[in-house]
Amino acid sequence: MEKLLQIKDLIVEFKTPGGLVQAVNGISYSVSGGDIVAIVGESGSGKSVSALTILGLVQTPPGRIVGGEILFDGTDLLSLDDQAIRDMRGQDIAMVFQEPMSALNPVLSIRRQLTEGMKLHLGLDKKQANARAVELLSMVGISDPVERLNQYPHQLSGGMRQRVMIAMALSCKPKLIIADEPTTALDVTIQAQVLSLMQDLCKKMNVALVLITHNLGIVARYAEWVNVMYAGRIVESGSARNLYANPSHPYTVGLLNSVPRLDQERGKPLEPIPGNPPDLSALGDGCAFAPRCRFATEKCHIEIPVLAVVDDEHRSACWEIEALQRENAA
Amino acid sequence: MSRFLVRRIFGALIVMFAVATLVFIMLRLVPGDPIAAMLYDAGDPDAVDEIRTKLGLDRPMYVQYGKWLWNAVQGDFGRSIYGSRVEVSRLLMEALPRTLSLASLSFIIAMVIAVPAGLIAATRRNSRADYAVTFVAFLGLSMPDFWLAILLIIAFAANLHWLPAIGYVPLAKGFWPWLSHLILPALAVGTAFSAIVARMIRSSMLEVLNTEYMRVARSKGLSERTLIMTHALPNALIPVVTVIGIAFALLMSGTVVVENVFAIKGLGRLLIQGILNRDYPVVQGTILVVSAIFVFSNLLVDVLYSIIDPRIRLQS
Repeated sequence: MEKLLQIKDLIVEFKTPGGLVQAVNGISYSVSGGDIVAIVGESGSGKSVSALTILGLVQTPPGRIVGGEILFDGTDLLSLDDQAIRDMRGQDIAMVFQEPMSALNPVLSIRRQLTEGMKLHLGLDKKQANARAVELLSMVGISDPVERLNQYPHQLSGGMRQRVMIAMALSCKPKLIIADEPTTALDVTIQAQVLSLMQDLCKKMNVALVLITHNLGIVARYAEWVNVMYAGRIVESGSARNLYANPSHPYTVGLLNSVPRLDQERGKPLEPIPGNPPDLSALGDGCAFAPRCRFATEKCHIEIPVLAVVDDEHRSACWEIEALQRENAA
Repeated sequence: MSRFLVRRIFGALIVMFAVATLVFIMLRLVPGDPIAAMLYDAGDPDAVDEIRTKLGLDRPMYVQYGKWLWNAVQGDFGRSIYGSRVEVSRLLMEALPRTLSLASLSFIIAMVIAVPAGLIAATRRNSRADYAVTFVAFLGLSMPDFWLAILLIIAFAANLHWLPAIGYVPLAKGFWPWLSHLILPALAVGTAFSAIVARMIRSSMLEVLNTEYMRVARSKGLSERTLIMTHALPNALIPVVTVIGIAFALLMSGTVVVENVFAIKGLGRLLIQGILNRDYPVVQGTILVVSAIFVFSNLLVDVLYSIIDPRIRLQS
């Protein structure tokens, strides 16, 4: 099947006072039209940077795209000029951000913020844009949409603001939505609502979704494909079903054991991953996870593991995958 | 909104009453006697007493205060007790348009320079344009306004003969004569002011440009112009408006030195002369007017705030 989005060997660096940091270190993944793909990792794993790079929203400097390709519908986004990438933003690819409290402009009305994209990209006039805005707001489950349009962000709750953000992202009928931790700042009960809503709407409108999150548990119910990132690399990648059934990287296993799950016996203590996230400016030669890994051998500290096939539609970058699987089986 | 205004105006009146009272008391606590200042030789006690009685200064302070306040409420600020005994309100009516003209023009010049300069500096951070704005701003800030005033007179009046060096012509006598007399003093006053405002707009704008909502706006594919003018600028102006309001009030009362350089008999000069002569009614009247201007500017700032920021507008 033709891929909607293909990222190939993307490398992004940041200049920091502490030296050059490789935030994204040669990642590749692809998204088919209408699919939901999750990128999972801790803060600092490069998951947000890799997503921001797609729309050219990484500030340069201090950021710099060193290499790689981002193909969207066959066009390399990294080779587009400012105007061309601006035309893409909102229209072909839209974003939903993490902080609903600060993601809306406090001095502009919801109407203004919701309709400006439609006027720009779809060429709608005031009346048409208003009508579509009302439609979008009721679609994302906001009551009294006509009234809400005249309100300002501070008059809405966090959950409602995130719904407005989703309406904004959908407004210009994009083919792809990138959601960067869309529910992290919300209450747990609202989180599930918002995610289900996004899933429903994306399926209904045939929009692909890249879901960036640090919560591997959330992903299970919504994503078809999962990429686990650690220290700027994808360490495990696979269909959600296979990845959950047979987690094949020690880091993935660590992530799964560190969050409470409904399918486990109650009272079982959570196991945190020992150690700290790596210092990206001082990565060694070997696997970045090796210092925190109980399976690590000498080889792990010397040579970076490559993604190797585990089973159908499932790959992992680990030298000690057999040791891990023996333990899983036990 | 109207309730908000009524409350604010009521508060403003209380502030002005307090200022009037304080000034009345403080003037009388300051050493120095108006009659001594008036008479070249205050050796004759009879003459001194006679004048004191004539001016009503022999009566107890609370009687003087009550009488003055009662008259002031009705718009009568009394007469100057120095020299020709002109009505204070006439002195004020003469001085006020001069200062108002000078302050307004300085303000306009400052804004016309500061807003674009601040925006350019912020949007092209660390570029040559940014450094140039910063350099000129510091130059403007560190140059005393009277010195700049003298330089301007030397250049544009004495050497080039483009503009008159001193004096003031009322607007009634024609727009250009009025404007031409004001350009140089307004430039002298406005430069330092524009430097402050440009710096403020720059830093406030930089803060706004780094916010999450600007990233969201950018992700919608809006043009750079829309991003800056409709999404960033209103937010960046919120903190700047406060400073602008205070600065405008300061302009109204604080252009004394420049008024002197250009021989414009504005409020500042009136106030200084009043103080030197211990001319109680003149000082009281002038300070009352100045405080009214301060209070009014602040009121205007609050109204402006609520126009820009819906969080304030929709609170009440």
